[in-house]
Amino acid sequence: MTDVALVELHVNGERHDLAIPPRRTLADVLRHDLGLTGTHVGCEHGICGACTVLVDGAPARACLLFAIQVENAEIRTVESLADPDGGLSDLQQCFSEHHGLQCGFCTPGFLMLAEGYLAEEPEATREEIREVVASNLCRCTGYQTITDAIDDCASRRRAALQAALDTAPEPTAGSTA
Amino acid sequence: MKPATFTYHRASSVRDAVGLLSELAEEEPKLLAGGQSLVAMMNYRMARPGHLVDITHVPGLAGIRRSTGDDGRAILRIGALTTHRAVEKADLGPEFAVLSRAMRWVGHLPIRTRGTVGGSIAHADATAEWCLLAVLLDARIVAEGPAGRREIGAGEFFLGPFTTALEPDEVIVEIVFDRPAPRAALTEYADRRGDFAVVAAGADLDTGSVVLGGVATVPQLVRAAGTPDEIADALDLRDEPGVPAAYRRGLARTLVARARAEAAATTEEDSNG
Amino acid sequence: MGEPGFRPDGTWVGADVPRREDPRLLAGRGRFVDDITLPRMLHAAFVRSTEAHARVTAVDLSEVREVPGVVAAFDAADLGLADITALLDRPAEEFTPTSMPVLARDKVRYVGEPLAVVVATDPYAAEDGVEAAVVEYDPLDPVVTEAAALAAAGTPVHDEAPGNVLVDVSLFATEGIDEVFAAASASAGDVVVTVEANTGRQNALPLETRGVVADWDDRDEQLLVRTCTQVPHQVRTVLARCAGLDEKQVRVTVPDMGGGFGQKCVVGREEIAAAAAARRLRRPVKWIEDRREALTASFLAREQHYTARAAFSADGRILALDTDVVCDMGAYSCYPFTAGIEPLMASAEMPGVYRVPAYRVRGRAVTTNKAPTAPYRGVSRPQYVMVMERLMERAARELGLDAVEVRRRNVITEFPYRGINNVTYDPGSYLESLDLCEQVLRDEGWLSRSGRDRDGRMIGIGFSCFSERTGYGSGAFAQRKMQVVPGFDISQITMDLDGTVTVTTGTLSHGQSHETTFAQIVADRLGIGYDKVKIVQGDTDRITYGWGSFASRSVTIGGSAAAAASVKLGDQLRSIAAHLAGVDIDSTRLDGRGGVRAGDHTYPFAELADVAYLRAHLLPKDVGPGLTATASFDVGGDGTFSNATHGCVVALDPGTGGVEILRYVCVEDCGVAIHPRVVEGQARGGIAQGIAGALFEQVTYDELGQPLAPSFMEYKVPTAAEIPDVRIEHLETPCAFTADGAKGAGEGGTIGAPAAVLNAVNDALRHTGVELDATPIPRAAIFAALSLEEAS
Repeated sequence: MTDVALVELHVNGERHDLAIPPRRTLADVLRHDLGLTGTHVGCEHGICGACTVLVDGAPARACLLFAIQVENAEIRTVESLADPDGGLSDLQQCFSEHHGLQCGFCTPGFLMLAEGYLAEEPEATREEIREVVASNLCRCTGYQTITDAIDDCASRRRAALQAALDTAPEPTAGSTA
Repeated sequence: MKPATFTYHRASSVRDAVGLLSELAEEEPKLLAGGQSLVAMMNYRMARPGHLVDITHVPGLAGIRRSTGDDGRAILRIGALTTHRAVEKADLGPEFAVLSRAMRWVGHLPIRTRGTVGGSIAHADATAEWCLLAVLLDARIVAEGPAGRREIGAGEFFLGPFTTALEPDEVIVEIVFDRPAPRAALTEYADRRGDFAVVAAGADLDTGSVVLGGVATVPQLVRAAGTPDEIADALDLRDEPGVPAAYRRGLARTLVARARAEAAATTEEDSNG
Repeated sequence: MGEPGFRPDGTWVGADVPRREDPRLLAGRGRFVDDITLPRMLHAAFVRSTEAHARVTAVDLSEVREVPGVVAAFDAADLGLADITALLDRPAEEFTPTSMPVLARDKVRYVGEPLAVVVATDPYAAEDGVEAAVVEYDPLDPVVTEAAALAAAGTPVHDEAPGNVLVDVSLFATEGIDEVFAAASASAGDVVVTVEANTGRQNALPLETRGVVADWDDRDEQLLVRTCTQVPHQVRTVLARCAGLDEKQVRVTVPDMGGGFGQKCVVGREEIAAAAAARRLRRPVKWIEDRREALTASFLAREQHYTARAAFSADGRILALDTDVVCDMGAYSCYPFTAGIEPLMASAEMPGVYRVPAYRVRGRAVTTNKAPTAPYRGVSRPQYVMVMERLMERAARELGLDAVEVRRRNVITEFPYRGINNVTYDPGSYLESLDLCEQVLRDEGWLSRSGRDRDGRMIGIGFSCFSERTGYGSGAFAQRKMQVVPGFDISQITMDLDGTVTVTTGTLSHGQSHETTFAQIVADRLGIGYDKVKIVQGDTDRITYGWGSFASRSVTIGGSAAAAASVKLGDQLRSIAAHLAGVDIDSTRLDGRGGVRAGDHTYPFAELADVAYLRAHLLPKDVGPGLTATASFDVGGDGTFSNATHGCVVALDPGTGGVEILRYVCVEDCGVAIHPRVVEGQARGGIAQGIAGALFEQVTYDELGQPLAPSFMEYKVPTAAEIPDVRIEHLETPCAFTADGAKGAGEGGTIGAPAAVLNAVNDALRHTGVELDATPIPRAAIFAALSLEEAS
């Protein structure tokens, strides 16, 4: 019953070799075996979303996964978002500017939810974003400013992409010239 | 809310999984696919399997294959480990677009990215979208056991609350949808987005069938269905806390009508598009 | 965060500066209680009652101790802790004292009540251990409803209260009120309207559950308790008493906290049991409440039943109000507020924003076999505002008047106003907020949109107009006759060598941004950057005494104390500068740029601090070394009232009974907003919780007292799909006696929303003749009302 399994996890680009009982959830392993306490645990039945992390790029509930299940996956947690020197990412910056967090407990889950979603759907509308924000629970904000923050981040990313395209060197011989 | 202890097995193939299920039959083995219902129940210790057989690493169980039958009709085979999200994002053609559209009713994004079609059908919640869709579209569930593969019609698959026709040592391999349903829709009502429906209704205008969830312990299929009133009036319902029978009956009536209207509207969109 | 620098107009207050809390919380580098890990730490889990009401005949933990990983298991007898008792100074006919044991012994009073604590090497093993406990019960008939409690037919919940009533008070009874009602009934034009309202039991539901990490430190001879509480000093006091320790032997610290909303402003049992286990084992013990425990066995709130009657004149003026409120407080009285918290709040405040000439109220707290209650954001005000606003609506209907107009004729417009409830209301914008809210909805076109929309849905509009007493001082709390009287707060400020300051406060933020707003308040007093101010909160060893954060008291009281301490420190700096410059202190002033202007010389703070610490021989004779100042603040009189009007537009789906909120407008006045964006955040979050109570959340039980909502599948916390965007308009009526003119802003959103939503639903049902008076509003009832109409 105290069987311990050897588990190789890849989290935020780092490999970890762990000896853990198979029943340990990914959420507990991230927090208590790897010390990545940014991922929070709010319900342990998949509804509140505080433990949302990216598994191979897709948002998933870390409380509904056993760490041993995701050995071959790339896991990303909230700790991967900021620069190593602490500089906040554009998404984090938007949350701060829009007051998209109060107590901050649900925030890592929302950040990872948004990070995964915007990567897949960069053109998402505010209504689509709101529907995805409905995946997680927040008890402080009433959700409006979370939606605003993610929507603003998406706009900024689109604008940045457009600016990059606009400043890209023109093709030399346009066929319509 | 930590799960009870279990022994973990990672199946390398369906055959391997079936072998483990047979071998461990006395020690309450359980298949682990997406785990979106099972692990929650394990955390509550409402489920406490002695062994978990993880099939998520079995190659070839995820994916959607489209083919054409002898009669020229489209056939869709959805691998058991295909996620709800994969179906939502897939282009299944007008014949099976109803499946993609219905995925908006399944939980929320992070549940759809992990939850699987096979897992949902094996879990057999009477309001689960996949159970309703399978019954409405007369899908066949392909299961592999020690004696090989067999197909079970969705109509015979769901036996009671969370109970199916699967043998304890059988593994769902894929779900086959071989009757196109270009004029079909699924709709639901719940007070809160993403919840299991109080009542769900699906309608296929081509067959005239209607399926209802939340009105019995298994999905209720009504063939050659009459008016929403007739369908609702025929239901055998009891008062439950917060949901009087009359309310549930009313929801059934409304949702049948709306499913039919949505199915009809979809067809118009397609023909206009 | 970049260098904020100095503000052009010299004030931080009123500016939406970046929150000091944000960078760490966004980076996942906050420190919540479950983030703390200590060497050799153990994990606790609780054996809990499976019965709602039973005598306990045996608790057998012998098998528990055999479970792999389990280190120890203790029941009540093993720990021998004293009970938790909260008292009111009221006569026996008004208040029955009861006690809450830390671990139940002899008798259990609700499903989930803790009976024993199991301590193991990890939380998984601790739960394995809990499963091995054997408890034998002799079941008693459970008292599950208010009606059953008042019937008092079986074994009472507490032997001390044979009638199951813990509090029974009649705070007001205007002489001649019966005659007013009789006259109104007899008069042709006047009306008497009655509302019978029920509000569902709710969970305040901080997303971070309760929790503790405790360990005994031999060097400090101290039990160090890290716990997410809103009231650290009260936890210290109770823990010391229960465990027989000196107060100095207990230190309570509060790390980052994931919300509280009142559930964490009472002293819980589990943190005391876990701390006692840590002391016994001489090893750190962590307990983190899981969600099932939080939903079934934590402190709950809000289950109330009102029978309210009001007489109105033919022209819509309220003549008299008569209310009976029964609050189902569950199994125990909480510390420090007691089971009186809800009935006393309702009784004292119910007339609210209206000029009520005659008032009678009876408030009761009944005890039942359900999880106990704590204050929850708004405390009774969401309910009595709902009842008052229902009375306004009903009177308007019966009199054939517009409901907003009826409110307009009744709101208090002249201040200060002495109410029938012996409360003096300081100036507010009751009428202005009502007018503006209606105007906004009119301008947006909603007022002309009643009736059916294109999808066949019924549209309805509802308002609620209310005020909220914030900044209860000792005087106001003393009127409630609690034996423990909260009110004042103490703040200390210290300036370091480099001119930066550290401020302690007895209040503490659990999401409300105090690290930012308190820094703004202090920075303005000293004329320094708000990033040069560090706020220390939630540490009983660093703060003399404090009452924590609840009842929207932090900025009004704690902020005013911090401001006062800052002014004192400024005076110290000025006296040093005056001495150095050889001028009189009256010819010095803070220059608003981090220095003191003395005569024609400017001394930067760092230069003065240098003197205070490193060249003390230069100090004036009457000034000691160091730079520190302490101040306290208490609100005299009756406190200060924030106010607001909410407007809500709903669409009801006749096919499903479903409710969609199409528009929500909040016109709020909390005096001067220290940080407007934070105020808006409080309003929006509060409104979301009010909508949750109006439409979604309810803790339910079966007839045996078994909880029916142990997960988020049943306890339906609304998501972004249910909570609408909220338009907020600000009015500003400054408070005359708090620092910067601020009033409390923490609870108003929650207070106003249920009434606005319920009134909107009833407006949409108007043509059916059905009026609903229960929350959460049953969709089946909406469906039934609209079906009747379709059928007819």
